[in-house]
Amino acid sequence: MLSINREQKLNLLIIVVILALPSAALWLQEPFYITLMTKVVILALAGVGLNLALGLGGLVSFGHAAFFGIGGYVAGILASHAFNDEWLFSFFGLQVSGSSSMLLIWLLAIIVAAIIAAVIGYFSLRTQGVYFIMITLAFAQMIYYFAIAWPAYGGEDGLSIYVRNQLLSLNTADPMIFFAICFILLMAALALVSMLRNSHFGAALQAARQNEQRLAAIGIRPFGIKLTAFVISAAITALAGALFADLNRFVSPDMLSWHTSGEIMIFVILGGVGRLMGPIVGAALYVLFEYYLGGITEHWGLFLGILLLTVVLFARGGIVGLIAGELKHE
Amino acid sequence: MSDCILQIKNLCKKFGELKATDGLNLDLRPGEIHAVIGPNGAGKSTLIKQICGELAPDSGSIEFLSHDITALDVAARAKLGLGRTFQISSLLLEYSALRNVMLAVQGFRGASYQMFTPMAWDSSLREVAMQALTEVGLQQRGDVSAAQLSHGERRQLEIALVLALQPKAFILDEPMAGMGAEGSKKLTEFLDQLRHRAPILLVEHDMDAVFSLADRISVLVYGKIIFTGSVADVRNNAQVRAAYLGEE
Repeated sequence: MLSINREQKLNLLIIVVILALPSAALWLQEPFYITLMTKVVILALAGVGLNLALGLGGLVSFGHAAFFGIGGYVAGILASHAFNDEWLFSFFGLQVSGSSSMLLIWLLAIIVAAIIAAVIGYFSLRTQGVYFIMITLAFAQMIYYFAIAWPAYGGEDGLSIYVRNQLLSLNTADPMIFFAICFILLMAALALVSMLRNSHFGAALQAARQNEQRLAAIGIRPFGIKLTAFVISAAITALAGALFADLNRFVSPDMLSWHTSGEIMIFVILGGVGRLMGPIVGAALYVLFEYYLGGITEHWGLFLGILLLTVVLFARGGIVGLIAGELKHE
Repeated sequence: MSDCILQIKNLCKKFGELKATDGLNLDLRPGEIHAVIGPNGAGKSTLIKQICGELAPDSGSIEFLSHDITALDVAARAKLGLGRTFQISSLLLEYSALRNVMLAVQGFRGASYQMFTPMAWDSSLREVAMQALTEVGLQQRGDVSAAQLSHGERRQLEIALVLALQPKAFILDEPMAGMGAEGSKKLTEFLDQLRHRAPILLVEHDMDAVFSLADRISVLVYGKIIFTGSVADVRNNAQVRAAYLGEE
């Protein structure tokens, strides 16, 4: 028998709205709103990544901008070499070219971010609480300053992507097609996180958040579980970074800065920590505030701050929790 | 002595100048309940933590099933078959009682990196977990979240969790703590049977339980075992009475 709870109804509604808005914009011939919704979808994807670590594992990573930025730079660097027809690197006769293939860029973004997340996680996951927050922040800032000091790829000025990267034979420059690509990836990531959450691994991961002592006592080493989650989380956020670079056709150290880490965390907290669709709601609200209130006043962040404060104080399950009630296991 | 399940040799642990464990020797033989008693601050908790791997000793060794486990971490020792309960219930409070035990079975089977199938669908996990819950009398409470269980039920769930691990030795840290007379009596009967599954190292304050269950009793004072013997030996030993039992 198929039964559907309140949160699942809300989730369906959210998906319908995300699909309906760009379709309406297309019909009204307002491509700008398609792009705005694409931004929501991409930022939501970054949040979905963080939500795996933060929401399920309780890992308050304040360094996810590192992975977002790495995804962006992988896209930017490969694309710029492909555009200029230069070798990416040439090493004892082994010559590797750049690429404007999205599939290749995504794959590389995921691999590079996963490797770096494994290193960052290996050190930071030995600590807890505020130390974990600070170490993830420190690693991300290291990468940020590295990007600023790397003139080959624009340094502080960033790097432009002159032509949007290619996927199969699709016209990726068409806003609706690019939206669809991002939307499908978001849905795939949600399916992945949903699968992980309900799996044996997910049960252990959520147990690590609740009580590590107990987890170890039943023979499950919390470190390995948390590291695995951290790496998958980083890979998802890196994929979002690669898409974000393609959306803006530009990547800069801003993507790596601690502001970005904070923004990704805001998506998760606003929407609802550990809620499947939380990051989508959070990212949508954020973009809504940035665009509409940002058009009225440059102090729009103040209103976002008030909203965030209200959610943290009065609705610990975020907006999703407020509507769908408390989180249930199984 | 090689038939010992657990053997602790010359274990030492200092906190500053305080010798919490002071050249301690202790063993656990097949089929027995070996109780460790001692006044508050004698170093019972420190001993348990070192046996289970939460605390590293300064020197000495711990052998379990003829493996030197002194350098292993908590999870590795649990995987080898060292099943412990906590003095203060340590549960997954967001999970139902059943899910707590299911995760323990999962830990025992080493299935925690399965990512593609829902844990809730794993019926073999559920069956074994339900069995453990039934054994401790919580079969009606499987769906209740651990946070909503009463204190006594949480103690029962602690035991169910350790049963699910099918351990080769039980390390029970004050399992009677905070239980009523009725609960203590039931648990005593249960532990009496449990020794046939695996030997039990029992740290307990409830002297009635200790005296009715223990095959051997070791008395721990200031980090040292000052005496090991049968129930009758302990009752009759003047040193023990002075150090611990007081004047009766």
